[in-house]
Amino acid sequence: MAFDYDKYIRPGKLPHIWCPGCGHGIVMKGLIRAMDSLNLKKEETCIVSGIGCASRLPGYMDCCTLHTAHGRAAAFATGVKMAKPEMNVILVGGDGDGTAIGGNHFIHACRRNIDMTYIIMNNYIYGMTGGQFSPCTPTGAKASTTPYGNPDPGFDIAKLAIGAGATFVARGTAYHAAQLDKLIAEAIQHKGFSVVEILDDCPTTYGRRNKYRSVVDMMNRLKEVAVPVKAAEKMTAEQLEGKILTGVLHKVEKPEYCEEYAKVIQRAQAAK
Amino acid sequence: MAKKVAFLQGNEAAAHGALYAGCKFFAGYPITPSTEVAEVMSAELPKVGGKFIQMEDEIGAMAALIGASLTGAKVLTSTSGPGLSLKQENIGYACITEVPCVIVNVMRGGPSTGMPTGPSQSDIMCAKWGTHGDHPAICLVPASVQELFEETVRAFNLAEKYRTPVMVMPDEIVGHMRERIVFPEPGELEVIDRAAPSVPPEQYKPYDTSFGDVPPLAAFGSGYKFHVTGLNKMQDGFPTTKAEIVQAEEERQVRKVEANKADIMKWEEYMCDDAEIIVVAFGSTSRSARFAVNEARKNGIKAGLFRLITFWPFPEERLLELSKKVKAFITPEMNLGMCTGVVKGCIEGNAPVLGIFRVDGEPVNPDQILEKMKEVK
Repeated sequence: MAFDYDKYIRPGKLPHIWCPGCGHGIVMKGLIRAMDSLNLKKEETCIVSGIGCASRLPGYMDCCTLHTAHGRAAAFATGVKMAKPEMNVILVGGDGDGTAIGGNHFIHACRRNIDMTYIIMNNYIYGMTGGQFSPCTPTGAKASTTPYGNPDPGFDIAKLAIGAGATFVARGTAYHAAQLDKLIAEAIQHKGFSVVEILDDCPTTYGRRNKYRSVVDMMNRLKEVAVPVKAAEKMTAEQLEGKILTGVLHKVEKPEYCEEYAKVIQRAQAAK
Repeated sequence: MAKKVAFLQGNEAAAHGALYAGCKFFAGYPITPSTEVAEVMSAELPKVGGKFIQMEDEIGAMAALIGASLTGAKVLTSTSGPGLSLKQENIGYACITEVPCVIVNVMRGGPSTGMPTGPSQSDIMCAKWGTHGDHPAICLVPASVQELFEETVRAFNLAEKYRTPVMVMPDEIVGHMRERIVFPEPGELEVIDRAAPSVPPEQYKPYDTSFGDVPPLAAFGSGYKFHVTGLNKMQDGFPTTKAEIVQAEEERQVRKVEANKADIMKWEEYMCDDAEIIVVAFGSTSRSARFAVNEARKNGIKAGLFRLITFWPFPEERLLELSKKVKAFITPEMNLGMCTGVVKGCIEGNAPVLGIFRVDGEPVNPDQILEKMKEVK
């Protein structure tokens, strides 16, 4: 029997705003399958986003949904989670929202290791505003504000998250759709701050400026550059040149923020 | 039973006022001269099962505050000028999404870093116009430690009652002075909680105006699912660009404060009945003004004090009334004429408004006000 996505989607809120060929819908379906596999209750799940194309995702989900200000999803979500730790808190957004204007909130959410899951759809571009370069746009690439090629070096989101203290970091792609639900589910189950970077595509504002003639070209690129971490172990540095690792990249156990704050409450009340 | 009496700093009193009102969540960022509010909350909130978080920046603190409020908690943050500038983004978000929250902003010199340890009253326009777009504004300006406690309680009540951010703005002198405070007993001051939805989750809309201009706000995690966005929204919370809906919703957001001005405004008239000169002042400046008015009366000058306790919404109608029977208003303030301009704007030219402006980090002293009275013809 076909999977029933409708039970997680708000009635009457489709069609979505995303362009034909955009991968965000693939990610949303992955999230829905992940939530379903974990039996997450919709009224106990809060989906938080910032601003941008990817940040429109919560509006379609039949949960407690919070579409916040640009870059601020992690900070709003921290307030929700800390005030109500029993809620499942999932953040979604794009690369510009999360790593440029939201970079500070992102690294500090990683550092606190607060039990939330952050799904970053990395399509290398600011799509909603028409294709300006983001901190993840490859050096040399064309964007509406880099007509002569991007002079900036880019962020590696997964490395940034690991460096900042996130205790679960994974990477998937919109091409490898069938793996997304498992990666997202594992991230949600992880106790602590988990980050899932999903390499995505924006045919409308990135592809057409960067010699991807079709959505298929963009998807083929994701297929070609992705190397599962397990497979990479057997590959040489030469073979890994230009490749991007996918799968669970980092998983460690550390004290979780809300649990640590519960101890603060115990200490304060014991001293009273 | 004797009431609990203490010798307390203004900022500490603000924190205790918040706790009295039932505040259960604080998110903040260190900034002079407001930090003591955060310090008291960090010590006291966990004792009552509440949560304190020091965020990575002022913007994040305001964001976390709104997130926590959406779970049903009463929430507080504290800041000062530069922090208030940063918080404006999400203050606007709280205005349009109609999420209750209280911001204590202890006024120091500005703009920018300005004079971090010097007193000022130059954030009052920022309280109304700091964030972009049309939005409601409530700003309270207490003048003593006792009043800072009580006005913080009232700020929570107004935030919860009208689903909107409320600012409490003591100047640095009021924030840092120490005075005797008599703690109200539990139940002595009114404490208002936000209205809970009366309809089941499947019928709930977060901006359902069939319940009036201030629709009930459900809590995330209480069985109600709904959408919150900073985009212009419809009654069900989802974004819209439909002209008539955007117009109606924007007007309602402002109207819920403007139409309830009588409930929100608060001021004190001291010896104003027969006054020929009325000093309009607030915060610590009103203490100098009261002293000056008393001195003037001893010398036979019919002076009075109009002390603002709510700054926004501003008591325009009452000042217009008074303007018809006075020779002049005197407006001492620690800025370059912000309150003076507002007074001029509402009295239709009926009387001169003589300002006394200090931005040198020193309070307006009573002699300056007495001197100014001599200019009144």
